[in-house]
Amino acid sequence: MKNKLLARVARLGGLSSALLLAGCELDVLDPKGPVGEGVKTLIATSTVAMLIVVIPTILLTLLFAWQYRQSNTSAEYLPKWCHSNKIEVTIWGVPSLIILFLAVITYQTCHSLDPYKPLEAEANTKPLHVEVVALDWKWLFIYPEQGIATVNQLAIPVNTPIDFNITSDSVMNSFFIPRLGSMIYAMAGMQTQLHLLASEPGDYLGESANYSGRGFSDMKFHTLAVSGDEFNAWVEKVKSSSEQLDSQTYPKLAAPSEANPVEYFAHVEPGMFNTIVAKYNNGMVMDKSTGKMIQVQQSAMSDMNMKE
Amino acid sequence: MLGRLSLSAIPLDVPILVGTFIGVVIVGVAVLGLITYYGKWGYLWKEWFTSVDHKRLAVMYIILALVALFRGFADAIMMRTQLALAYAGNPGYLPPHHYDQIFSAHGTIMIFFLAMAFMTGLFNFIVPLQIGARDVAFPFLNNLSFWMTAVAFILVNVSLFIGEFSQCGWLAYPPLSENQFSPGVGVDYYIWAVQISGVGTLLTGVNFFVTIVKMRAPGMTWMKMPVFTWTAFCASILIMVAFPVLTVAVGLLGMDRYFGMHFFTNDGGGNQMMYLNLIWAWGHPEVYILVIPAFGVFSEVVPAFSGKPLFGYSTMVYATCSIMVLSFLVWVHHFFTMGAGPDVNAFFGIATMIISIPTGVKLFNWLFTMYKGRIQFHACMYWAVGFMITFTIGGMTGVMLAIPGADFVLHNSLFLIAHFHNTIIGGVYFGYICGMNFWFPKVMGFKLDETWGKRAFWFWFVGFYCAFVPLYIVGFEGMTRRLNHYDNPAWHPWLLVAEVGAVLVMLGIACQLTQLYVSIRDRNLPQNRDVTGDPWNGRTLEWSTSSPPPVYNFAIVPHVHELDTFMHDKENGIDTRQAGAQYEAIHMPKNTSLGLACAVFALIFGFAAVWYIWWLAAVGLVGVIGTVIARSADKDIDYYIPAEEVARIENEHTRKLMAQAAE
Repeated sequence: MKNKLLARVARLGGLSSALLLAGCELDVLDPKGPVGEGVKTLIATSTVAMLIVVIPTILLTLLFAWQYRQSNTSAEYLPKWCHSNKIEVTIWGVPSLIILFLAVITYQTCHSLDPYKPLEAEANTKPLHVEVVALDWKWLFIYPEQGIATVNQLAIPVNTPIDFNITSDSVMNSFFIPRLGSMIYAMAGMQTQLHLLASEPGDYLGESANYSGRGFSDMKFHTLAVSGDEFNAWVEKVKSSSEQLDSQTYPKLAAPSEANPVEYFAHVEPGMFNTIVAKYNNGMVMDKSTGKMIQVQQSAMSDMNMKE
Repeated sequence: MLGRLSLSAIPLDVPILVGTFIGVVIVGVAVLGLITYYGKWGYLWKEWFTSVDHKRLAVMYIILALVALFRGFADAIMMRTQLALAYAGNPGYLPPHHYDQIFSAHGTIMIFFLAMAFMTGLFNFIVPLQIGARDVAFPFLNNLSFWMTAVAFILVNVSLFIGEFSQCGWLAYPPLSENQFSPGVGVDYYIWAVQISGVGTLLTGVNFFVTIVKMRAPGMTWMKMPVFTWTAFCASILIMVAFPVLTVAVGLLGMDRYFGMHFFTNDGGGNQMMYLNLIWAWGHPEVYILVIPAFGVFSEVVPAFSGKPLFGYSTMVYATCSIMVLSFLVWVHHFFTMGAGPDVNAFFGIATMIISIPTGVKLFNWLFTMYKGRIQFHACMYWAVGFMITFTIGGMTGVMLAIPGADFVLHNSLFLIAHFHNTIIGGVYFGYICGMNFWFPKVMGFKLDETWGKRAFWFWFVGFYCAFVPLYIVGFEGMTRRLNHYDNPAWHPWLLVAEVGAVLVMLGIACQLTQLYVSIRDRNLPQNRDVTGDPWNGRTLEWSTSSPPPVYNFAIVPHVHELDTFMHDKENGIDTRQAGAQYEAIHMPKNTSLGLACAVFALIFGFAAVWYIWWLAAVGLVGVIGTVIARSADKDIDYYIPAEEVARIENEHTRKLMAQAAE
């Protein structure tokens, strides 16, 4: 019952916002994946619920201002009137009910849209793992299962859940692909998680949503959502690169650079991501699968040219 | 000898700054020259700089706020112009190094030096008069607070021409603001400006808290206290609780930078999220510190111009107090995207939404104050009605951002920027300007010009929508804040519209300056003079004294019978002033130069600390402590106004009132 109503309200909201903003290219309200769809429904539902109070308030403001203007001597004037229990109950009650409704959907969507929650996949699709490192001022994507890495280009197969593990080897950034939905912070020494899925192929803008210094404006990447076969071909293309990412080449990559071009690394040293996280935690890193702290190999640590 | 300071710190290679510097020098020399030419230094020193009179300090606070508005708005329009230009390969005219300083300075100045100073100015003028007091509880601290705020603003502006300002945004998030990533002096300027002005603000909070608790006129029980004073009271409590948190957060950041500690660094066990939690534990109450007094202004203005009492006074008080408490329970909504669990996010999201209930109630209370009234469309009412419409929209977008699921795509976008400007311009700024139009005759003895006031309103109102509705839209298009340039063709037209909005707002500010000029020019016209002290048929005690009020405010401390006691007295033929009564000598605080001296030492200390000039910092610090000791030892701090002098001033006012009545 409630869900039906919700869906109807959402449709109404979607329609009205579409009418209002026809002609704009609204990335966030025109999502290409289920997470973004969920967020869009939420935005539309909450907007409609609030408009129940907002529109009457604005209209009443204008109406009262006009009706009770000084020159309109035919309007009733009650110079002492300043209390009414009926009105008090209404002005506390109606907003409270709307907030109660919003609180319920807030609680529900906090769980359903939790970025840490894995997405349901169709049968026999395995999620793809991507490790993301925010650097000054570029994005490093490590594909641990494929053993490759790229800079400022993220390719993902469509209709496949993507499990992102995100950190930073510099200041705080926020990992954000507007067309796909939620963002999450990238913080040094910490790992955050994000689960996204692209349901349509396309080239979607990715960016940092948290200001990170001089080169921030160019900290953009392309998200290539492609079919499974095209994704495999892309992996092969990356593998044909002559570059390798290991503890020797990493410091050069991590050095600050602006408007960094796309780079491919045919091979990436295993455990690179953990090493980057661990160097801020005395060599410890939380293992995602078990939730336990584990020690990263010391040799890898010392080679990584610890930033002080 | 000079620490890190050398000639290379002067940005001679940035033509905009050189031009600004020349402009500042020309205007500065002209102003100083005029003061000297007219021989006004002694007057300024004796009557203003060293004054402990809350009314004089109020005027100085508001002048400071208007200067800060000028600087902060110049930053704003430079940013908008950069974003209108810097598209598709065009780098614009502001390189990141300069642009990043501008947006950091814009936020810092608008919050700490425009909004806070304006608010404190209104507190200073109105609160003692509304509660029937002769001054604030601690007049010297009041003077010190002002000068601390003023020198902190000077320190921010010194950074324009010597060195650089912070490039880390107005809240200086670490680790970006740590030495590792920001080795320059910019963040240090930020730290010391915030710390010095923070002292001023904290003292203001304490001062007004004590004033309101202890110095209300006899008969003024809590529930007979005017709503503006209630809001000042709640804001003072928020200041006392929240500002120490800011001091600690920024202090720890300073210890990281100055002593190599690791509170918020990436390594060494630091945690940047501790800073975010601390800074927002201050930052969220801070926005309520600003907006609650604006609500107070509307609660005075709407009844005055509707010819009715405020609808639901006690509801208004409870709503204000509940907003005050709730504002401490919502800080995590500024960083839902850090990856806290869904239950944590849900708690803070729902707590945030709950604030919209008492806020909504306030809007309805103003609405029903207008209902069945006789609304006089004075310029004040334009600001009030404009606020009610604009703030409703800002509240709605605020609740959208409070839903964590929605925030996950809107956080840090221009949608967020549009939202908080919607509440800060549409709520705080409209409120303060409304208050300025309302109480100006009380302060100066003549009214502000209404035609120019209305023009200013229309430019601001239309300019606001024109500047910020496009930002809501590009926020939905995925545009994040603090971008220096971009290449998305969908964003460009909206940013051009926003630039037009900024120009309209600029015309609004020009109208406000013209309004001031015209009003001062025509101050002696009979229709502009406020002889009675009660130009709007006011309801509260401040309208019972003359305009401007005598230095002692009330010759006879008024007795409060009712809520809206002055209106009650007028309706019942009671003379609130008790003119002709037996006057007594009035005990008043003496002027002192120690507040200014202390603040100048603080400025010296701040500047020296920024540049690592340790001997000078020591001089500044010793000076600050020394003036405090000197003040504590000073016994010559008060005087009496003789009864005859009081009688003379009061009889003069009575004579004017009679003459006015006879006309």
